[in-house]
Amino acid sequence: MSTLTPAKAHTASAHSSSQTGIRRRGKSRMDPTSNNTAAGLAAWLLALLFAAPVLWMILTSFHSETDAATNPPSIAANLTLGAYREFFGDTSGVSPWPSLINSATASVFSTVLVLILAIPAAYALSIRPVKKWTDVMFFFLSTKMMPVVAAILPLYLFARTVGALDNIWFLILMYTSMNLPIAVWMMRSFLAEVPVEMLEAAQIDGANLILTLRKVIAPVAMPGIAATALICFIFSWNELLLARVLTGVVAGTAPVFLTGFVSGQGLFLAKVCAAAVVISLPVLFAGFAAQDKLVQGLSLGAVK
Amino acid sequence: MTTATARISRPGHATDRTSRNQASRERALAWARRAPLLPALVFLIIVTQLPFVVTLIISFLNWNSLSPDKTAFAGLENYITVLTDPDLRQAILTTIILTVSVVLLSLVIGLGLALLLDKKFIGRGLARTLLIAPFLVVPVAAALIWKHALLNPAYGLINGILTWIWSLFGSQTPPQLDLLSQAPLMAVIVSLVWQWTPFMMLILLAGLQSRPMDTVEAAQMDGATPWAIFRHLTLPHLRQYLELGGLLGAIYIVQNFDAVFTLTAGGLGTANLPYAIYQTFYFANEYGLASAAGVVVVIGTIIVATFALRTVFSLFKKEAAR
Repeated sequence: MSTLTPAKAHTASAHSSSQTGIRRRGKSRMDPTSNNTAAGLAAWLLALLFAAPVLWMILTSFHSETDAATNPPSIAANLTLGAYREFFGDTSGVSPWPSLINSATASVFSTVLVLILAIPAAYALSIRPVKKWTDVMFFFLSTKMMPVVAAILPLYLFARTVGALDNIWFLILMYTSMNLPIAVWMMRSFLAEVPVEMLEAAQIDGANLILTLRKVIAPVAMPGIAATALICFIFSWNELLLARVLTGVVAGTAPVFLTGFVSGQGLFLAKVCAAAVVISLPVLFAGFAAQDKLVQGLSLGAVK
Repeated sequence: MTTATARISRPGHATDRTSRNQASRERALAWARRAPLLPALVFLIIVTQLPFVVTLIISFLNWNSLSPDKTAFAGLENYITVLTDPDLRQAILTTIILTVSVVLLSLVIGLGLALLLDKKFIGRGLARTLLIAPFLVVPVAAALIWKHALLNPAYGLINGILTWIWSLFGSQTPPQLDLLSQAPLMAVIVSLVWQWTPFMMLILLAGLQSRPMDTVEAAQMDGATPWAIFRHLTLPHLRQYLELGGLLGAIYIVQNFDAVFTLTAGGLGTANLPYAIYQTFYFANEYGLASAAGVVVVIGTIIVATFALRTVFSLFKKEAAR
């Protein structure tokens, strides 16, 4: 399903779609139902096993601290919002709000910047390809493969020198550079899906560049742009190392806030879980929305 | 597809170059073509390549920020220290063990899950969504959950389940694990395998679903066993997806910082290179040494990346040929 890209779907004629029909029929004939039931059971069992830590995190976050810290676990314990109230600073402690706002700012602004830079670049690499476009693509890729630790000290020293340490805008620039290569790769593969015939037709009809972009390219590329944006958002939201080194009290992001629980005392297990749930929620939503594209983004557009 | 795109947009190179006017027009056209690319390219070079050059320079300096007057050219001294210092050598070894074991385990489990999810069954979409969940929890949050809610020896879920099972049989003395202090590296590996298996599964599932079914059907017609089909048709087709997943996984996991930082804080031989570098410059202020270690990571990554690039390139070529 995920492999059927819009371009393929577009160029697929009635002939090939009838082939798919044959394939589907053929497949159900080949795989007897009993076989599928066993596979389904196994898959469900493993799925629940893999999801168990996440489900446990959610359940524990609704328990009281005493119920959370019992052995054996108290699955049937009363549910309460106490941990969430505690987390958002109802009673005491540091408010998570500034860090959540910082994360949102960093993720949203760096995503916008990435799109501003990546869309024209992807256009130059796919629809009107520059010479040696493959070399350029691989340059982008190679920057992604360089570990962050190999550049972090100069970035830290630079930020310290110009007074950009603990400044959210400097972090935004870093996140932009972190996500730009992935975005260019993804966007290129999405723009390459614009059917050539449509571009040619627009050209023949005398449509200018802006009109072609608006009427031909944008409709086809829009889902791709949305997916790219979601993935950039997720990566920025998740990032820890750069945020930890380059920010502090003022510009600390949500993952940096979470590190406050690292040496944490288990007494606040429910609170730890509530924090993890709250901070993971945007990514869980964005990730489920962009499931297929997530692989495409992570595999740098190589797998569709 | 791509070649066709090139056909409509690329001006014929064979056009006569006699007219100067035309040559300059072509140059202008080339720049017009290049212009949209330049902001992204220039930005990336400044923000990623320049700092690495600086790292390279610092790696040859003797520079501890706590004694700034002693800064001097150090030659290869930092590199020798990186390769001989027991802690840093241990960090290199840990990085290799961590990366190889996480990649292999998550690939194997991911392959099994992908094969299961490739079949039709009731609630497949929901099962798939559940399986992806580990990958979508913020990495620090995931590591925190493993540390506090699952692996904690006193009230973690894993020991809790052991207690519960043993109590079913009337035992008051269930075995209780303490992975975080007894086998901390294993704790890191387990949590990372849990987090990365869904990624491998998604890549391999994409590979499975792009498999041409006609050959499989033909083989089935000829009476091939499911194992023979898997061995001789599915696996060869999946090969480049396995390579891609493994190599990309390796590139992401080599750089892992969150899990090591959160679960063990690099204690008990779990410090990998990223964590060791972070400590070397952030706490020990040994800028030269940290930079040299950073360069060593890059060299290691280049070795892995060369293979990764080749794999990505072959997939890329396939796409271009479509």
